[in-house]
Amino acid sequence: MHFGLTEEQQMIVDTVRSFVETEIYPHEDGVEKAGVVSPELGNEIKQKCIDLGFYAANFPQEVGGGGLGHLDFTLLERELGRGSMGLTHFFGRPSGILMACEGEQRERYLLPAVSGERMDALAMTEPGAGSDVRGMKCTAREQGGDWVVNGSKHFISHADVADFVIVFIATGEEETPRGPKKKITCFLVDRDTPGFAIKPGYQSVSHRGYQNCILEFDDCRLPSAQILGELHRGFDIANEWLYATRITVACMSVGRARRVLDLVLPHVAEREQFGQPIGRFQGVSFQIADMITSIDAADWLTLSAAWRLDQALPANREVASAKVYATEMLADVTDKAIQLYGGMGLMADLPLERFWRDARVERIWDGTSEIQRHIIGRELLRPLGC
Amino acid sequence: MKVLVAVKRVLDYNVKARVKADKSGIELANVKMSMNPFDEIAIEEALRIKEAGKAEEVIAVSIGPSQSQETIRTALAMGADRGILIETDDEVQPLAVAKLLKHVAEKEEPGLLIVGKQAIDDDANQTGQMYSAITGWPQATFASKVEFEGDGLKVTREVDSGLESIQVAMPAVITTDLRLNEPRYAKLPNIMKAKKKPLEVIALADTGVSIETGLKTVEVNEPEEREAGIIVKSVDELVDRLRNEAKVI
Ligand SMILES: Cc1cc2nc3c(=O)[nH]c(=O)nc-3n(C[C@H](O)[C@H](O)[C@H](O)COP(=O)(O)OP(=O)(O)OC[C@H]3O[C@@H](n4cnc5c(N)ncnc54)[C@H](O)[C@@H]3O)c2cc1C
Repeated sequence: MHFGLTEEQQMIVDTVRSFVETEIYPHEDGVEKAGVVSPELGNEIKQKCIDLGFYAANFPQEVGGGGLGHLDFTLLERELGRGSMGLTHFFGRPSGILMACEGEQRERYLLPAVSGERMDALAMTEPGAGSDVRGMKCTAREQGGDWVVNGSKHFISHADVADFVIVFIATGEEETPRGPKKKITCFLVDRDTPGFAIKPGYQSVSHRGYQNCILEFDDCRLPSAQILGELHRGFDIANEWLYATRITVACMSVGRARRVLDLVLPHVAEREQFGQPIGRFQGVSFQIADMITSIDAADWLTLSAAWRLDQALPANREVASAKVYATEMLADVTDKAIQLYGGMGLMADLPLERFWRDARVERIWDGTSEIQRHIIGRELLRPLGC
Repeated sequence: MKVLVAVKRVLDYNVKARVKADKSGIELANVKMSMNPFDEIAIEEALRIKEAGKAEEVIAVSIGPSQSQETIRTALAMGADRGILIETDDEVQPLAVAKLLKHVAEKEEPGLLIVGKQAIDDDANQTGQMYSAITGWPQATFASKVEFEGDGLKVTREVDSGLESIQVAMPAVITTDLRLNEPRYAKLPNIMKAKKKPLEVIALADTGVSIETGLKTVEVNEPEEREAGIIVKSVDELVDRLRNEAKVI
């Protein structure tokens, strides 16, 4: 066992850290106030990442990506996690599921997504189907070899800047011993497809500038060539490729928590009350001790889950543990940070209140904490017949 | 033409330096170390010279402990072609560094040596000048612009009174100022390739160069803490305090 970084990993970490500090941090306040990232700024960040060969670092080199494995990519995303998500989105990490593209889909979706020409978004959630994704009502019916789609999706991140959306849609129902079950198919939907509309979503308290959208399908006709993977087998490719997105949430939470700690340490060492730095009070230093302990624990849990993916070892439970632990750690660390800053911690003049707000969504998206615990419990108990 | 660039491993500029308990130096155990920022500028300039077709090879040289290989790898990831480490755990003063760089230059015969104007750890600001003295190469220190002109270089220097332009014949030594350029980030493909680029490690003893310089660090101390400032209520009070308390007027 070896817990150190290789020279390459260290350089990746240093480079991304320095990129985030220099190219992202200075724009954060502006994005926070405006609630959006201007197209010029988004493109500028994107172009820099393309030039640096970091765009789509998670894709294999054969398709033009950076060729990083799960562990290396997790280290990269951990550093990205320090920056505001609206901005770091343009660092360019297309959905891994695009590797399922076949034939001319590679030219139309995979390659342009990797090169940065076209950006993607991914849509599962509906107003009536969140944790229970299979409960989706958005439906496609076959008609003369095409698929006609009706229904809607909501909470779809960065669809506002997407050129196409990867959408999961019900394409039928089958009888199973546990009752009827929807068959789900994954479709590639171009932004300008007739009958398809991307509309502004809700104002979120977390990650301002990282917009969520509502998608509407009104007799939207999609040729079969738009099916990603196989008909009715959308969840197969989702299970193969989307599992790693929970690691993204976990490692970005770790990165952000470290940034928070970087702000807290000098504060408690310098802020004086009762004639001494507050860090000298055990009640404060013990909180710092708990913060770093849980940050490190979340870090290692996440890195080891990513490492398991590289080794092709089963990792569903480990990934779930990393996601639930790291996101709850971040909630606790941001909350403690505000406590240790006192009243000033709540003021928008410091970024802490933003980190605190931003932390809230991490326990919800990409599978809520409850769903992750459900996965962990099921993995442990199902073999026992429970 | 080859360009030789010296790179030093120093305490990262973001890290707050702490003096060791025995006052023998700065605490370096378990703290982040990076390439001296002025040396990053030196590497960047060398790469630009190569990209402009004026040089064929950029060689990064470091003198220091084995871990300095990481610093050289960073230079390689930025785009340098190969690296040389002269390995020693001893303290190496600027004159010794200049002698060791001369040793490397005699073998490599570069047309240009680029070094940072100073390293942010000891702030000596001597290596480039000493190198010039012991080799007889012309020196262009505190460069804020480097241009090729005829067979030599036109270098703009930042001096107190403004900008000074000088012309130097080659081979020459340049020391970099902060505004010479903005160093690039390492590109991901170059990071992955850095490991495959040649990095020669030479033991100090094998150079035959003595690093004795007659200079020794006796003790290192924290700077005195600055006293908090005050806000004066009027110009009269300011004058009074400057005259009677600070005794500067
Ligand atoms: C800002 C934002 C961006 C998003 N981006 C995207 C996106 O790009 N694409 C996309 O497809 N989706 C996206 N989502 C959707 C996100 O994945 C869902 O919000 C999440 O899966 C939860 O679904 P829900 O909000 O409908 O909550 P619900 O599923 O209604 O859950 C409500 C509560 O019930 C609990 N619960 C539900 N089932 C169980 C159970 N079996 N056992 C115990 N507790 C349970 C939940 O844990 C939760 O506490 C985004 C959400 C947000 C807020």
